[in-house]
Amino acid sequence: MIRRRSLYAALVFAALALLAPALPPYPLTLLTQALIFGILAMSLDVLLGYTGLPSLGQAAYFGAAAYAVALLATERQVGLVGCAVAGIALATVTAAVFGVIAIRATGTYFLMITLALGMVVWGLAFRWVSLTKGDNGVSGVPRPELGALDLTPPLPFFYFALVVAALAWTLLGLLVISPFGLGLKGIRGSESRMQALGYNVWLHKYVAFVLSGTFAGVAGVLWAYYNGFVGPTDVQLVTSVEALLMVALGGPGTLVGPAIGAGLIVFLKNFVSVYTKRWLLILGAVYIGVILFAPQGIVGAMRGRRR
Amino acid sequence: MTAEFWITQSFNGISYGALLFLLASGLSLIFGVMRIVNMAHGSYFMLGGYVGLTVVLRTRSFALAVLAGTVAIALVGMGMERLFLRRLRGEELGQVLMTIGFALIFQDLALLIWGGDPYNLPVPAALSGSLRAGGAVFPVYRIFIVAVAVVVGIALWLLLDRTRAGAMIRAAVDDAEMAQGVGINVPRASLAVFSLGAALAALGGVIGAGFLGVYPGADFEVLPYAFVVVIVGGLGSLPGAMAGSLLVGLLDNFGKALFPELSYFTLFAPMALILAIRPTGLFGRS
Repeated sequence: MIRRRSLYAALVFAALALLAPALPPYPLTLLTQALIFGILAMSLDVLLGYTGLPSLGQAAYFGAAAYAVALLATERQVGLVGCAVAGIALATVTAAVFGVIAIRATGTYFLMITLALGMVVWGLAFRWVSLTKGDNGVSGVPRPELGALDLTPPLPFFYFALVVAALAWTLLGLLVISPFGLGLKGIRGSESRMQALGYNVWLHKYVAFVLSGTFAGVAGVLWAYYNGFVGPTDVQLVTSVEALLMVALGGPGTLVGPAIGAGLIVFLKNFVSVYTKRWLLILGAVYIGVILFAPQGIVGAMRGRRR
Repeated sequence: MTAEFWITQSFNGISYGALLFLLASGLSLIFGVMRIVNMAHGSYFMLGGYVGLTVVLRTRSFALAVLAGTVAIALVGMGMERLFLRRLRGEELGQVLMTIGFALIFQDLALLIWGGDPYNLPVPAALSGSLRAGGAVFPVYRIFIVAVAVVVGIALWLLLDRTRAGAMIRAAVDDAEMAQGVGINVPRASLAVFSLGAALAALGGVIGAGFLGVYPGADFEVLPYAFVVVIVGGLGSLPGAMAGSLLVGLLDNFGKALFPELSYFTLFAPMALILAIRPTGLFGRS
């Protein structure tokens, strides 16, 4: 089962890689965006889907990494490797600090705490003007160079994002089938049972929380380069809410589902924006629709039917 | 840092805490009975402010605005509970996600109806101006907010502690299944509490609009404050909501006055501290 799914995913990645040169620039940039949010959604799935921890602060780590990259690249002219390391490190450290507070709580408490912590980061982005430039954000982030390869045009950047997404998917896929990942699933099922079996539940949850922040940071690094602009909207609540919907829509606990959910939301958002400005209205309606009619998400519903 | 600074800022903090109490007490009650965190609670606050604004501009009556905002949003909350949330009874995450959906819809609808400009809700002449005591200045409107919160707090306490309906609600908070078993209509109690919570948030919204204004995004800006209040005070506890509101109001106000760039950070400290010492909040039960 796992091997077959990996094969499918490899085929999808290969198909994307082969198709990309034939695509016009606009669909290509949308696909790039879908890949970036796919990484973000997968990072959240480790918490929500596998560990049963509904985080509403995922944009905090995404945004922290994006800000780090944007500031270092524009003000210090730091290259790709330095920016990526700094961004991912900042996201990881933020998650490590927030995790100490959030992991003490479960269920609804966890949701509220992660939301409030996420808003703290938003508040810093918005009000700490001397560092973050406040509402104006950091603009003019240049696309990086990878060795001799210039990532400025859409196609090379797409390939870059594709490789990073494939790597993230592989690593997270290995994580969730590892003994550690199975421990997380056990915690989702029953925390007290895992405790009784001698598992260090706190440590499992904490490590999952920090790793989730790390991968959200990976997505944030890509986003800063992709968008060329980082502002408070990247760390706002709606971004975390969108990430949560991507997971819920695709199917929590399936890894590939949230990535699909991310793709759908990105395409829907861009498609809708051509016709109307009422994106939040539609996002809200999709949210309610998913909860009412597909509580297991798309992939969850498909797997349920097969059984 | 004169004595006046401390007195004025403390008073501002207390009055902001009073506003937070209106918002957070409903959130806490709803959680107590239904075990869900209502993500649309900030939306009720904002929508209450907008409805109040429209009414006050049409009728010139502040009292009418308070009444209209409160009743309208209570009905919105009632509809949400009865038509949507009830279908997901027992599915906590599903219910929370659904309230997020509503919060997004409300935000966009408010933008559609009232536009993107910030407004100030005109307050009656009797409530404007300020009192002076020594060098300290006390705006009358802020005194009014504290008075409203005190009245609401006492009324809630009387309702919960001294009436039959309150006893039913308390029973549902303690053990919904057992309450249902002894003949208490828990779904009806949920509906009542949800509407009451929405009405309180809207009341806070109309009154808060008098000094914070109403603007797009106010919903999500105020929501974490309400959350931190109930995290600090303990979910489902009225005294907790009171203590939490005061603490958060004071800390936030001093934080903003002393470190303006790090204002939201003032939320972080009390939450981290309380959770480290008492994970269920000051008055919460595990």
